[in-house]
Amino acid sequence: MGEIWQGLTAAFRLIVTFDADLVEITLRSLQVTLTAVAIACAIALPLGAWLAIQRFRYRRTVIALLNALMGLPPVVVGLIVYLFLSRQGPFGALNLIFTPTAMIIAQVIIVTPLIASIAHQAIRELWADYHDLLISLNATKRQRMATLIWDARRALMTAALAGFGRAIGEVGAVMIVGGNIDHVSRILTTAIALETSKGNFALALGLGFVLIGLAIAVNLMIHGLGRTEREGTW
Amino acid sequence: MTAILPLQVRAAKVRRRGKTIVGPVDLDLTDVGTTIVMGPNGAGKTTLLHMLHGLARLSGGAIAWNMPTPEAQTRQAFVFQAPVVLRRSVRDNIAYPLILHGTLKSEARQRATDWAERVGLAEALKRPATVLSGGEKQKLALARALIREPQVLFLDEPTANLDGRSTREIETILKRTAAEGTRIVMTTHNIGQARRLASEVIFLYRGRVHEATRADAFFAGPKTPEAAAFIKGDIVE
Ligand SMILES: Nc1ncnc2c1ncn2[C@@H]1O[C@H](COP(=O)(O)OP(=O)(O)OP(=O)(O)O)[C@@H](O)[C@H]1O
Ligand SMILES: [Mg+2]
Repeated sequence: MGEIWQGLTAAFRLIVTFDADLVEITLRSLQVTLTAVAIACAIALPLGAWLAIQRFRYRRTVIALLNALMGLPPVVVGLIVYLFLSRQGPFGALNLIFTPTAMIIAQVIIVTPLIASIAHQAIRELWADYHDLLISLNATKRQRMATLIWDARRALMTAALAGFGRAIGEVGAVMIVGGNIDHVSRILTTAIALETSKGNFALALGLGFVLIGLAIAVNLMIHGLGRTEREGTW
Repeated sequence: MTAILPLQVRAAKVRRRGKTIVGPVDLDLTDVGTTIVMGPNGAGKTTLLHMLHGLARLSGGAIAWNMPTPEAQTRQAFVFQAPVVLRRSVRDNIAYPLILHGTLKSEARQRATDWAERVGLAEALKRPATVLSGGEKQKLALARALIREPQVLFLDEPTANLDGRSTREIETILKRTAAEGTRIVMTTHNIGQARRLASEVIFLYRGRVHEATRADAFFAGPKTPEAAAFIKGDIVE
């Protein structure tokens, strides 16, 4: 129990003193994950909407595949991204390996199926309600998707949050593709792994509490945004 | 502007799960008046209206407007039996069809405000539409259908959830809409309403058109026993 207490005090000290390393690592964590979630949403929301409104031959297969991809082991994603981006890999010339960009790429791959799958569920239900009206009004495919995405915004916010939660706490993939290089690609989770392996439990726990605090804060913030929205009854 | 009417329906059929639920139907819709579609529950009234509006795929026969169907569809509007409300404010619901078709948001909202007033929803403008009562949702659906001034307006039991006063208000709007030249095709179970609004009656029974005739003739003496029993309020099986 002593370690938890020490961790708490360490976290407290790091936070109130605005520890430079902590701030840097935290900001990088946020930057990587928020970027990844934004990109994932840009892909996943239209994809989810499109899968909900479009009938085509292998639709069920694609949806099943998407659900299966939700369970992708991050470590394996990391490994594959590594192979593509490493010096000898097909995209080695881009010099992306061991950069935050590489970590963003890995996180996008990890959370896009998750967000798309939740989005698809929510939008499909809404589409059942809206179908006749939108057809009657001659809405184009694009307009249908836009309307559904906007009107399902609450559920989609939750989907994005789920993606954020999964990405911010992920360590396996970002460790492999980011390399946990100090001042370059070190983020909260990789720092925790490092400090733990060095036996610095207090510092590791301190970082852990910051990570948890961050996840909760982002959740509350988005929840608050939804609340203050004037038309907030759905 | 070319007229969308007359409409010719020839041997049109809708099948669902291997069963013909409407048709074969032959029907001519000319350019003025209000057609009321009547018939017992499950007769196929909703399906018939969906079929005319292009929402139910034909499994036989043909429907021909006086212009290509895609163009004709943009001049029609439909008020559904179960009102569909978008998860937006009342005003944005009513403005939605205009915005879809390229009207500027500010103008669309202005016109939506006007229409909300006409159907008695002025107070509710900024409320989320999902919290409206059943009757208010029907009024919203009517305003949203009318905002693009359709040439043909389909209504599926538009006053089913309304009280007497709201029903009269809606009927007044429908009469004015018809007088301004919109062709109305609507279903109702309210025979009094049918008498007040109809210039023409279609009596549908088990998916078939049993009578399609002028309203005064229909109410004076329906030709089929089913229709006669229906008007008297007897149970038609
Ligand atoms: N998708 C479907 N599959 C099978 N049967 C259907 C389907 N849609 C409608 N039906 C059946 O077709 C018949 C006509 O339905 P419809 O909704 O057109 O009746 P209605 O005259 O509008 O009835 P109501 O007065 O209750 O609104 C009903 O018996 C209904 O069960
Ligand atoms: Mg019906």
